[in-house]
Amino acid sequence: MVVKMEVDGKDPKAVKKDLMWIEKYRPTSMDDVLSHQDTVLTLKKLIDGKRLPHLLFYGPPGTGKTSTILACAREMYGKTLGSMVLELNASDDRGINVVRDQIKTFASTKRIFSSGVKLIILDEADAMTSAAQMALRRVIEKYTQNTRFCMICNYVNKIIPALQSRCTRFRFGPLKREDLIARLGEICKIENVSIEDEAISALVDLSEGDMRKCLNILQSTDMAEAAKNGRITAAAVYANTGNPTPAEIEECLQWLLNDDFNTCSRKLSGLLEKGLALSDIIREIHKFMMLSSLPTKARIFLYKELGEIEFMLSKGVHEKLPLNALVGVFKATAMLAVEEGQGATG
Amino acid sequence: MDIGDRASVLSTPWVEKYRPVKIKDVAHQTEVVAALEQAVERGGGNLPHLLFYGPPGTGKTSLALALVREIFPKEILSQRVLELNASDERGIRVVREKIKGFAQGAVGQAKVKDGKTIPSFKVIILDEADAVTGEAQTALRRTMETYSTVTRFVLICNYISRIIAPLASRCAKFRFQPLPTEVSFNRLSMICKSEQVTASEDLLKLIITRTNGDLRKALMTLQSASRMVPHGSEIGDKEIALASGEVPQELLERFRSAMFADSSFENVQSVVDDVVLGGYPADGLLHQLCDLLVEEDYAELDELQKSALIMKMARAESCLADGASERLQLLDVGARGMYISKSRENSSSLFKV
Amino acid sequence: MKPNNRGLLWVDKYRPGTLDEMDFHLELKERLEGMAQRADIPHLLFHGPPGSGKRTRVSCLLRLIYGPAAEKLKVEHRSFKVGDPPKEIEMTILSSIHHIEANPSDAGFSDRLIVQELIKEIASNAPLDVTAVRVPFKVIVLHEVDSLSRTAQQALRRTMEKYSRTCRLILMADSLTKIIEPLRSRCNLVRVPSPSEKEICDVLQKVSKEEGFELPDQFAVKVTKACSRNLRRGLLQLQSSKMDNYPFAEDQPVSRADWELVCIDIASLLMREQSNKRLLLVRTRFYELLTHAIPADAIFESVTMELLRSADQEIAPAICECAAEYEHRLRQGQKAIIHLEAFAARFMQIYKEYIDNQYSMLIDDD
Repeated sequence: MVVKMEVDGKDPKAVKKDLMWIEKYRPTSMDDVLSHQDTVLTLKKLIDGKRLPHLLFYGPPGTGKTSTILACAREMYGKTLGSMVLELNASDDRGINVVRDQIKTFASTKRIFSSGVKLIILDEADAMTSAAQMALRRVIEKYTQNTRFCMICNYVNKIIPALQSRCTRFRFGPLKREDLIARLGEICKIENVSIEDEAISALVDLSEGDMRKCLNILQSTDMAEAAKNGRITAAAVYANTGNPTPAEIEECLQWLLNDDFNTCSRKLSGLLEKGLALSDIIREIHKFMMLSSLPTKARIFLYKELGEIEFMLSKGVHEKLPLNALVGVFKATAMLAVEEGQGATG
Repeated sequence: MDIGDRASVLSTPWVEKYRPVKIKDVAHQTEVVAALEQAVERGGGNLPHLLFYGPPGTGKTSLALALVREIFPKEILSQRVLELNASDERGIRVVREKIKGFAQGAVGQAKVKDGKTIPSFKVIILDEADAVTGEAQTALRRTMETYSTVTRFVLICNYISRIIAPLASRCAKFRFQPLPTEVSFNRLSMICKSEQVTASEDLLKLIITRTNGDLRKALMTLQSASRMVPHGSEIGDKEIALASGEVPQELLERFRSAMFADSSFENVQSVVDDVVLGGYPADGLLHQLCDLLVEEDYAELDELQKSALIMKMARAESCLADGASERLQLLDVGARGMYISKSRENSSSLFKV
Repeated sequence: MKPNNRGLLWVDKYRPGTLDEMDFHLELKERLEGMAQRADIPHLLFHGPPGSGKRTRVSCLLRLIYGPAAEKLKVEHRSFKVGDPPKEIEMTILSSIHHIEANPSDAGFSDRLIVQELIKEIASNAPLDVTAVRVPFKVIVLHEVDSLSRTAQQALRRTMEKYSRTCRLILMADSLTKIIEPLRSRCNLVRVPSPSEKEICDVLQKVSKEEGFELPDQFAVKVTKACSRNLRRGLLQLQSSKMDNYPFAEDQPVSRADWELVCIDIASLLMREQSNKRLLLVRTRFYELLTHAIPADAIFESVTMELLRSADQEIAPAICECAAEYEHRLRQGQKAIIHLEAFAARFMQIYKEYIDNQYSMLIDDD
């Protein structure tokens, strides 16, 4: 089952208006791919030297794995893209039968007037059952003469070792800040989005190196702010995603470390009523506390308890008890820190 | 009014009867409403995939329905909108067949509605998206990407943490906030007038406090309570307590004193017995106890004792959510409460470090 | 109290047929009567511990709404084809012309699908002429809703909203805590508490009068205490005690279910010796119970309660903590025996430590 490439070499501006920005601004050529210059360089060399191995691209979402391989395909095949590339992904059946039939059919047909290898892209390979992966291994071996496989996944440890060893692995880490900021600036110009520098910074912070996340937040904030006809501010970005701002987190920590139980509980509840999620707050607090200078035992206790609370929240219980437990955890941690400190000097 | 009419009128849940119909009627969610109204202004063409998340009863489903009603004219609504939710089958097959089938269907000629071009895509509303299995979410992700020129997805859920990150990153996320008291109060008052229900201002405020910004729950409590009194009579605290299934003050008091004042395990057992045999919800007891402990002038326990007990209670609620025995969990909390209230020195033992 | 012709067991024979015959829960009676009169029942959730009379109250309510037709019940064994790939699920359904009753957790993993099927079916067979019928909707009674998986409860929630014009749901659950919040808020909650000890005693006395035998107060109290305010159990215990030996002897023990006796024995075994050998013996007992299909959580509670009864107050908190922890694991895990055994082992450890402590304190005092 061949999936047609959607944007094959067209100028982004000319593409239909109804496209989402994450599709509209997907890099089309290998030079457009952000941050992973080393990888791209290596791939180019391999393609030029006709020495492309089987590939395994892995890493967090939104970092350019799929875009890169599509760009490679474009580079390798140009207009004959459609018949030389097979794209399969987790939305299709991943049982053993698919592996054996579809891929075999595609891999074994030879195009009459072309030379060079065919490309099979397996997106979300970590969703394949291990039985299917086993079968895939044999298929790869069988057709390695005229086919190259490129597997894409988030968690490389979900790919069986037998498959991993047949591929050259490329890690796609979170995108670099500078690259994201630059690209966002370009996109804002094209889309006529008026935005402050701090807002771009906020976007990049929130996205954690995921371009897709970045663009989605940008687009949705733009939608919301367009009504107000001003520049997009950092505050608007945070408000739009409902994430706590760094200032709000600092406030939380102040309360947790300094206020008495009841006051702290009340203030935190107020924050939740504003629309923030307790699990987001805990995540951010955790980051802060990692940088703090708590003594060991107290620190261990804190992380363990934060983890427990986060787990409770994931079950969908009401936020009331976990919120107060959070307050309690900090009180206990403070006490333990003091005790530990005294123990050391005493 | 004859019985047939009466029956159907009486029996419609007020939640359905008074559900907002237009985007701007949805109370309080200003960010989302502004964003969506903008999108509708522009004809909806620029709409990304949407993810509405937040506590129950805050307007997520209503807003999604209002949105599609405003983008598409009535006649083509059913061809252009597919609504799926947890009451339908879930699992990888649904994603593959139903959604793909719908998404792949061709879209008719673009027409004009109210002077704006009707967007050429279809909308799939996936309610209770966090109940979809992880496998199906992964499959959904690529489907969304593949068909994003011809479809838009609106995912609705309570907890965004249940939506896998790669899926959430493909959507514009909008958090729905719990409704502030003012807003809920106005709504409830309006409905009381319309349904000829007598309830004091304080009572409405009480309902709102108890239901934590969930307008649906508040409305259901109100309707439920209104059924307990003859038409036109005033609703009181008693009816609200019955309707919301909370634990009576007296039991809460006994639990508290069994742990902290009498320090008697026998008493703890007796109260727990009465709670469980009375059919009262254990998690309700824990919540009410928590409210008591964080009250302004509550001084029976010091800060650390309070912390230790509440941490224990949170863990107990978590166990209850897994289906553990109510009796055993409450006995455990009661026993621990006794132990905590007795220990003033040796603080780290409170936390089992 | 009027005997009916529903059977030989006193539990069934003296079950009230109408709300008027109810001996307790009088406030509840008023509420239900009010609903039935207005021909307006919302979705209802009857919740309360086992043996408190939920089933009876629901039957009475149905009778009040629909009249005697509600009592003419048919038992069907239906097979449903649900799911993808389609599976055949066998279910036992009770029905009258106005309502159906089922226990969806009988369907195991397919519970969600059964629920949807049932509701869709009933909803589509709604009476055609709404005005001609006094009550223009049908009722579906679902038992043990708290055993339904979360997904099934979610499915129920939306289906309820969709079909609320033509059918009403009456849900029954032992515990409200296991019902997801959205379901709780979509139903009118009807709390059915266990009758008080006095109420149970009174019922036992009434039954003895109807049956024409002597029930000394002292024995009535004994039975009441033994049944943990579960009226069904109380009546069964009374009836089988009478069959054991009548007239009731001064020190006659209350007749108990076999499995309960085994649990009491297990508790006693645990307390008398703490050793590997003993643990193995206890394990065999647990296994016996499990293979006789006694639910693991019932075993847990029964053993724990017995331990609490017999052990010193001082270690009661430790016992509770240990029981709560292992019972929780039991819920999350797959093999009950592992957790029961772990609990037994841990109890032994706690108890042994306690005894040793006491002993060494005694020695120190000397």
